[in-house]
Amino acid sequence: MNKQRLKAKFIKYFLQSCGSLSIIIVLLIFLFLFKEAIPFIGDPGLGDLFHNIWNPVSFQKEEFGIVPLVTGSILVTLLATVIAIPFGIIGAVYISEVASPREREFLKPFIEILAGIPSVVLGFFGLIVIAPLIKQLFNLNTGLTALTGAVLLAFMAIPTIMSISEDAIKSVPSIYKEASLALGASKLETIWKVVVPAALSGIVASVMLGMGRVVGETMTVMMVTGNAPVISMNPFTSVRTMTATIAAEMGEVTIGSNHYMALFWVGIVLLLMTFALNMISFRVLKKYGMIDK
Amino acid sequence: MNKKRTGERIIYWLMRGITYLVVAFIAYILIDILVHGLPAISWEFITGMPEKSGAEGGIFPAILGTLFLVIGTIAVALPLGMFSAIYLTEYAKQSKFTQTIRMAIVTLAGVPSIVFGLFGLGLFVITLDFGSSILSGSLTLACMVLPTIIVASEESLKSVPKYMREGSLALGATKWETIYKNILPYALPGMLTGSILGVGRAAGETAPILLTAAAFFLPELPSSVFDQVMALPYHLYILATQHPEAQKILPMQYGTALVLLFLVIGLNFVAIIFRIRVRKKYKW
Repeated sequence: MNKQRLKAKFIKYFLQSCGSLSIIIVLLIFLFLFKEAIPFIGDPGLGDLFHNIWNPVSFQKEEFGIVPLVTGSILVTLLATVIAIPFGIIGAVYISEVASPREREFLKPFIEILAGIPSVVLGFFGLIVIAPLIKQLFNLNTGLTALTGAVLLAFMAIPTIMSISEDAIKSVPSIYKEASLALGASKLETIWKVVVPAALSGIVASVMLGMGRVVGETMTVMMVTGNAPVISMNPFTSVRTMTATIAAEMGEVTIGSNHYMALFWVGIVLLLMTFALNMISFRVLKKYGMIDK
Repeated sequence: MNKKRTGERIIYWLMRGITYLVVAFIAYILIDILVHGLPAISWEFITGMPEKSGAEGGIFPAILGTLFLVIGTIAVALPLGMFSAIYLTEYAKQSKFTQTIRMAIVTLAGVPSIVFGLFGLGLFVITLDFGSSILSGSLTLACMVLPTIIVASEESLKSVPKYMREGSLALGATKWETIYKNILPYALPGMLTGSILGVGRAAGETAPILLTAAAFFLPELPSSVFDQVMALPYHLYILATQHPEAQKILPMQYGTALVLLFLVIGLNFVAIIFRIRVRKKYKW
């Protein structure tokens, strides 16, 4: 009997330690990012990160200002979000409220495919097809612009926005709809004036989760945004995002050098940005009962 | 009244149009890669070694490398994720600790892939001194797919009805016996399916392995887990952006993209078919 109890206890503790692994990994991520980045504070000092020029490899003066990288990421993310919102939300409304069951059965998995396309393949497609198109369409010198990246990233955010918005729309109690219809509102009026407003916080959360995905996307933006570290809010210029900077430069950097540490600081800023976006949407979705407490 | 009807109709069609625009975009990507990629695929392309730095020859080492990374990721993440899910659904009570775990899972799911790369570089490659290797890459990817596996496994465990637990417990089985003999057999297919979907994502990821495992060209196939590997996504990235004759070797790029896409979507497809079959078999 005692032996059995011991076994049960052992199993419980074993499973518990597996369960806490997620916490440990999150802590380790923060720990190791800071561990590699910390010496930068003493020399050359954190203030250098706030400069406006990113020029880490230079014989005269190395510059580690991450401002252009942050603005690059923000520009691409905002553009992508603006493009993704109508498609994501209208698509979600269409699939959950308008489409016939058979249509839904086709649409849902098909759009899921989009989420499964590897980012490097999407980037490749962007490089070969979308970039020349944008170059021609807007008569630019190069097709590798913030807009090109944003278009592709929008399509990456769409499946996230769609599926979570759809859940939010579905969780609107049907009495709302019935009451609206009983009062003489048409189906369309009910959808846009009752259902969507009722699901709005869930929809907003879905958009923020989509943004989290876009900010963190690396390969696609690295391949199609042109990688010029300049401060610009013009969609038709080449920009360089935080993610692309890390991916492109980490391979050639000496471990422990200032440049190496600066890249880890870029990683920390990126992590904090996505962390904030995720936490806010997590709170909202939890309030909605769409995530287990 | 009729005017209003027409207006509504137009709006419905607009909504339909916008939705199908997304569908058309996906179809365009798939067809474009299929049409341009298929002519490049041959027996030699699949099984041959790359020549002239990827401009000619095959992509066999890259396919093999990606498979190794995927297998390594599964070996690490699958058991851990499943145990973690079992703990959360069967053992955990509503507590601060459980809430912290949930928060950690959500956080982990939102960490950008390149940050996982930095983390893997700091922990596995440098601190634990595994070097840039299959081991480092698999461990990094395993951390990345862990939340997907946990969430999918939990869904599947939760779908096993409560009375199956209660019946077993009432007959005197211990908690673990109940889980092991009465819940897992029903939940396992669903757990596996969800996990495959998660791992499919890992197969296509480039950013984490860029810093922890991948090399563009290796003359020999890897012989141990401490060796660097070539990988399909990284291969495609280099061919498309870094190769001096990127424009001339388009067929090689399309071929690599198609193989990668086939691998990832194929994996998803298998998972979905598997799920449909299992659902038909186990119904209660």
